[in-house]
Amino acid sequence: MSASPPGVLAAALAERLGQRARWRPIEIAFWVAAVASVFLLPGKHIILAEIAILALFALSLDLILGYAGIISLGHAAFFGFGAYCAGLFAKHHLINEPVLALGAAGLAAAALGFVTSFLVLRGSDLTRLMVTLGVALMLREIANRFDELTGGADGLQGVGIAPVLGSFAFDITGHVAYVYALAVLAILLVLARRLVHSPFGLSLRSVKGNALRASAIGIPVNARLVAIYTVAAAYAGIAGALLTQTTAFCSLDVFSFERSADLLLVLIIGGTGYLYGGLIGAVIFKLMQDWLATMTPQYWQFWIGLLLVAIVLVGRERMSRWLDAARGLVRLR
Amino acid sequence: MPACCSSIQGEIMQRTRTVAILAAVAAAFALGSAQAQVKIGLILPMTGQQASTGKQISAAARLYMQQHGDTVAGKKIELIVKDDGAVPDNTKRIAQELIVNDKVNFIAGFGVTPAALAAAPLATQSKVPLIVMAAGTSIITERSPYIARTSFTLAQSSTIVADWAAKDGIKKVVTLVSDYAPGADAQKSFTEAFAKAGGQVLAELKVPLAAPDFAPFLQRARDASPDAIFIFVPSGQGGTFMKQYAERGLDKAGIRVIGPGDVTDDDLLPNMGDAVLGTVTVHHYSAAHPSPMNKAFVAAFENANKFRPNFMAVGGYDGMHLIYEALKKTSGGTDGDALIGAMKGMKWESPRGPMSIDPETRDVIHNEYVRKVEKVGGQLYNVEFATFEAVKDPVKAQKK
Repeated sequence: MSASPPGVLAAALAERLGQRARWRPIEIAFWVAAVASVFLLPGKHIILAEIAILALFALSLDLILGYAGIISLGHAAFFGFGAYCAGLFAKHHLINEPVLALGAAGLAAAALGFVTSFLVLRGSDLTRLMVTLGVALMLREIANRFDELTGGADGLQGVGIAPVLGSFAFDITGHVAYVYALAVLAILLVLARRLVHSPFGLSLRSVKGNALRASAIGIPVNARLVAIYTVAAAYAGIAGALLTQTTAFCSLDVFSFERSADLLLVLIIGGTGYLYGGLIGAVIFKLMQDWLATMTPQYWQFWIGLLLVAIVLVGRERMSRWLDAARGLVRLR
Repeated sequence: MPACCSSIQGEIMQRTRTVAILAAVAAAFALGSAQAQVKIGLILPMTGQQASTGKQISAAARLYMQQHGDTVAGKKIELIVKDDGAVPDNTKRIAQELIVNDKVNFIAGFGVTPAALAAAPLATQSKVPLIVMAAGTSIITERSPYIARTSFTLAQSSTIVADWAAKDGIKKVVTLVSDYAPGADAQKSFTEAFAKAGGQVLAELKVPLAAPDFAPFLQRARDASPDAIFIFVPSGQGGTFMKQYAERGLDKAGIRVIGPGDVTDDDLLPNMGDAVLGTVTVHHYSAAHPSPMNKAFVAAFENANKFRPNFMAVGGYDGMHLIYEALKKTSGGTDGDALIGAMKGMKWESPRGPMSIDPETRDVIHNEYVRKVEKVGGQLYNVEFATFEAVKDPVKAQKK
């Protein structure tokens, strides 16, 4: 007559998971706005492409920071590795088609992520900060040292990128670059959504909550961390490859400490653990930077610092509470 | 997956059409407004390590506009200054935005070689003339037919340093350069010319471009006990080098400093201390250059800015002059080919002395001066004592 208790539990669980994974109206609104920007802001496509790339990069950090609790100050290692891979693939005509090259760069970064993940398993947050930072610094110096391959401090010269899917050539106006970057971001976000709403994603959250208890209920903690770190590295590598492909250029700056640090700022602005934090943070961070640097090319860093301090002091929670209050007021009327 | 890809493809195609129409409309508008205005996008490192370059060039460009008016051949000149922090990725994006969105007629500035190299393909693609006001690697002007240079090349001064040093009795030298293209240029030009003149290079050292610590390299140089150190660092790093040189006691060990004039940059020279006295460098510009034109330039610059102009400032000043004169020749026409054509072979008197643009390579031709750091009126200056006239870039001359 009735299903056995475990069956009921499983069904209830599946329903809960399904509910969590459902597309909410605000998410749909976000993507409608993103697609609208393609048509409505043709003059802004160059910076929008850069925002989409930063958003993907931030999404990658969110996967490990927001879902597995791994803090990193060297995420640019994977970004830079992907960037140089894509640059070298194109320069030496190893893989000409950009989408394929993007995938290959992602795989290469994933391999690097897999190898370095074992370093990150050890130790606490502080150790992880140092280890990740160290890996990025090392890669930067390696790229600097092998200047015959990478161009050293002069950057990788003579990168020519073939048309996307054989028919859309990158143009100076950045239209193709933006649509391409946005499409990649959208596809990878959908994949990330599936990932974090799966039982695998839930097990990550329990690891983040309490690794000891998680292992006590049978979750293989280390294997889970290695897996998500590898996936995040692939995401970061793809973001880096996108940067190289859309600018036909790549320099040592892709490995820089500032890039990793900026990424943490992006997540601090946007928030972690709900996937859109990196996207929203990237939009705010880049637009703010662009606006301030235009207003005052010499002192913009001061103002950006001030704004960041203000954002952290006020606190995102308080801001979202204000938003909720505003929404409540609207509903009352 | 295939469904989503085809929808994206369709979307791209549809969008490309919309954008093409929008672009045509925008271009029509731009054509209308461009008649009265000429825009110059000045991309400079205004922040970060190379910030002094940006500060010097933007000040010099503004001074030029103040002295010569902001209207040329009936066109109003608009200067748009952007900060790239000397990061080539930024330079490229900013140049692209300036060309596409702001519809600039010139891009200029470029604090370091990698920045200029990154922007070069955009000049070719858009036929917008690119004026190099700071970067000094020989290859830059070969990267696009739309590049002209008013700064200098490292090879111009480095070969002359070598000849002068050999004649002055310097036999053994350790070279110490920043590890990027201009450093390699300087090292190679010096070593070749010095060997030809009968000198010996004991060691070739390279320091990282970003945040260098010279101490360990200076120690190695000292251990080799040469007669002199040949040094190239980009503008802005000379102060750190001279400080560490004095701290390590190399001045007392009788090891002299020679090199292109970047190390005794006029911007930092006043604060370098007495260890720098007697340093002999070769360069195209010194704030102490004794021409009446330069005296007037330095006075006006110091009056407006409270600091001394250096070779970067004069590169910016001459770059603006080149743009103004080219516009006069084309009667305000902004066609890229016509403008670059007008620049080729142009000659004028600059605060640095007589200079011209090589009609074949679009590179700078100017005098190189041998100078020694001395105290003039209680202040440190590079005092010129010998002149090599109308020096072309030796790297390009060799290729012929």
